[in-house]
Amino acid sequence: MILARILPAGVVGLILFFLAFPIVVVAIVSFSSATYLTFPPPAFGLRWYEAYFSNPDWLKPTWVSIWVACAVVVLATFLGTLAALGIARLPKAMRVVAAGLILSPLIVPGIVVAIGIYYAYSRYGLVGTPIAMVLAHTCLAVPFVVTSVTASLSGIDPRLEQAALSLGATPGATFFQVTLPLIQPGVLVGALFAFITSFDELIVALFISGTGAVTLPRRMWDDLRFQIDPTIAAVSTLTIVLTAALMGAAHLLRKRAERNRMATSSAAA
Amino acid sequence: MISAGTNGADIGRGASVTLSDLEKTYDRASAAPKDVDRVSLDIRSGEFLTMLGPSGSGKTTTLMMIAGFETPTAGDIAIDGKSVVAMPPYRRNIGMVFQNYALFPHLTVEENVGFPLKQRGVPKPERARLVAEALELVHLPGYGARYPRQLSGGQQQRVAVARAVVFKPRLLLMDEPLGALDKQLRENLQLEMRRLHADLGITFIYVTHDQEEALTMSDRIAVMNDGKVAQVGTPEDLYDRPENRFVAGFIGESNFLPAVVRGVENDVVIAECDGAVIRALCPGRPASGEKVTLTTRPERLRFADSAWIGEQMPQNCLSVTVTEAVFAGERCRYMLQAGDGTSIVLKEPSSAAIRRRAVGERAEIAWSVADTILV
Repeated sequence: MILARILPAGVVGLILFFLAFPIVVVAIVSFSSATYLTFPPPAFGLRWYEAYFSNPDWLKPTWVSIWVACAVVVLATFLGTLAALGIARLPKAMRVVAAGLILSPLIVPGIVVAIGIYYAYSRYGLVGTPIAMVLAHTCLAVPFVVTSVTASLSGIDPRLEQAALSLGATPGATFFQVTLPLIQPGVLVGALFAFITSFDELIVALFISGTGAVTLPRRMWDDLRFQIDPTIAAVSTLTIVLTAALMGAAHLLRKRAERNRMATSSAAA
Repeated sequence: MISAGTNGADIGRGASVTLSDLEKTYDRASAAPKDVDRVSLDIRSGEFLTMLGPSGSGKTTTLMMIAGFETPTAGDIAIDGKSVVAMPPYRRNIGMVFQNYALFPHLTVEENVGFPLKQRGVPKPERARLVAEALELVHLPGYGARYPRQLSGGQQQRVAVARAVVFKPRLLLMDEPLGALDKQLRENLQLEMRRLHADLGITFIYVTHDQEEALTMSDRIAVMNDGKVAQVGTPEDLYDRPENRFVAGFIGESNFLPAVVRGVENDVVIAECDGAVIRALCPGRPASGEKVTLTTRPERLRFADSAWIGEQMPQNCLSVTVTEAVFAGERCRYMLQAGDGTSIVLKEPSSAAIRRRAVGERAEIAWSVADTILV
């Protein structure tokens, strides 16, 4: 009896441990005092964080990544929200085709997308520029925004827009005073995912970042190949913390949107 | 457009609405029946008109065309004599209460009710005054700061009404506004709707599938079926003088007796039914020998040997056998069978003084010619 209860819990625990172990190791190593990557570390210290924050070879790619990600957030959120609104108004058969096309960067293998982008951009001399990174990452981020905005649009009662129109609101006023506030959580979640998508992206960066637009993941990749020291553990830990914080924010936003939706649909019951 | 006070007693505060040969077909390619098929209605200023029908009868589609959310395939909609077909919904100045209310979940009650005023550029202090007045009208003063999710279904319904009338429209459309509420609350709100209609004096067009709701509240009812208007009339018209079998069957309960016409005397048809001569009211003049259906209400039939039956009215009589007897408290319900196999329902007010019939018993039933209609 007791075994039957403990066994599933044990299995789940093992799976979680298996998933989290690499992250935990990296985090522990980042606080190491040793000059080489070793586990367990002989003693603890913050020297590798110091090394990161004082080395322009690390800080510059970090800024590039942040700027690219922010530009991607603006572009992808704007385009993705408009696309989601447009798709929702298409006839059903066309909606499936349009959604499929927009989601294709998620379905096509990353390496294929990267090669395609590389060939296309090199024709226009874009390779190695931050603009190329922004455009390429926007293509990858738009599907996340569309998915998230479409989900919040589908939760809106279409009669709310009709109600606004019947009360004398023009289509423009209806959008800004009713539709946009209601899909706002979905838009914000999409924006967060757009940031993470760009900030963590490596494959496309390997092909098109060149020497002029080296992003943080690209810098980490180079570091691993050529000189490996515990700085990379510190950088990884910081990246994990930032990504986890953004995911947490996205989750909270979703929860809030869900609560609102339940409140309105309870009126129907 | 926004006038001060609700008591301005001007004549014709309500808009008149004219639907002429209104048609709507969603699927033009196929030969499928039209969703709304040549609907013509004259809705008078200040009238409470209900469109009643089963789902798919075209009543909501007709309402959506009046509101401007659907474009008619053919025909015309005129409000106060002016065609509005080409006018977008936000210019029509029509109040509308939606099924499930469609309150804006991200706005407070006050902001919801103030929404139409904001769109019309009413300055803030004036807006606050009108919102308070509208909430007063629906008995919800002091609820302004709450969000819709903090209100019960009935309260949300009232807010929706306040929002739809705060800008003083001359026409209010309602799409099954009580459908989501429980029976008790629905009955209270039906009375409230009538009071509101009397207070505001504007034209109401109300859509429902609930015949009791329609009979209680409306000045006139348009019964819809398969996209067409089956009959328009006062609740009494529809109940006492149904013009066709659909209306007779849809509103209340009806018995249908197959009969053959034997002659016409003034506006009374003489027909033969199961060997008995039955007289029925009929506006038309059916030919002798024509096969017809006569209809009559179960509560208007009596057992002929009951002592208190009125002798002054001409009576129809029929011999039947009792096949089922159910005591239902305030009334007894009998299933009867005529000689030709036709089933007939008879409802008798229950009284300890009236002898109850047993199953298998033979009996004579009688009813007034005035309660017999040829459909």
